[in-house]
Amino acid sequence: MTFRKYLVLAGVALFASIGDSLLSRGMKEMGAVSLSHPQSLILAVLNPWIILGILFLLGFFASYMTALSWADLTYVLPATSIGYVLLALIAKFLLHEQVTLLRWVGILLIAVGVSLVAGGPELTHRQAESPIPESELAAARSEQ
Amino acid sequence: MSHAYTWGAILFVVLASVTGDVLLARAMKQVGDVGELRRRSSLLAVLARVLSNPWCLLGIVAMSVAFFSLLFGLSWGDVSLVAPASASLTFVGNAAAAKLFLHERVDRRRWIAAALVACGVAFLAG
Repeated sequence: MTFRKYLVLAGVALFASIGDSLLSRGMKEMGAVSLSHPQSLILAVLNPWIILGILFLLGFFASYMTALSWADLTYVLPATSIGYVLLALIAKFLLHEQVTLLRWVGILLIAVGVSLVAGGPELTHRQAESPIPESELAAARSEQ
Repeated sequence: MSHAYTWGAILFVVLASVTGDVLLARAMKQVGDVGELRRRSSLLAVLARVLSNPWCLLGIVAMSVAFFSLLFGLSWGDVSLVAPASASLTFVGNAAAAKLFLHERVDRRRWIAAALVACGVAFLAG
């Protein structure tokens, strides 16, 4: 694991938790969406909080896919769930939701699980390498 | 809004994202280390390589379904319940799915981590 890879994992956690918080803020402004009027979800996309949330989730997606390209799914998911600690802090101090003692205990357990996995190997099973064929490489070089 | 609605949305998010995560993980393993690919070719070439993988496209569809169910869930329940509950239950489902479908070696350390996160989720819901 290089420093760069830890940065990508941190990006996954940060983008996901901030993105979820922004979406939550936006959806609370909308009020509850009724199953009989699902088209109101289209309107949700016009809310600035939702737009910002979607941008953050795109950032999440990019860093998540990058992480999955060199690490196991069962490594990436727990290693990045440290974001929930951040999410609880955001929920408490910015969204003014009530975070009970029990929830803090839950967050602590998740954090311990994260530290267990993060100390281990990120890839347990190496599949056949599939490097870009030489022809594609040459094409890419000539484009530049 | 009732708890049943919130948990229904959470369950739907979990099913859709386990499917999406497994498909994306498979796609990205086929694509190969993005960091190494970037060193050898342009960003566009890497993007084209990722997006032309059929598993990747299917995975994105499943993740979109999960995303819209999450929007429903967030409009019905607290973010500090809905987001961690759905994502962490997804993680437990993924541990099994990764072993079954991706043949990842889920060792003792990872199962203990899975159990800890699962307990954590139970507390979050309390």
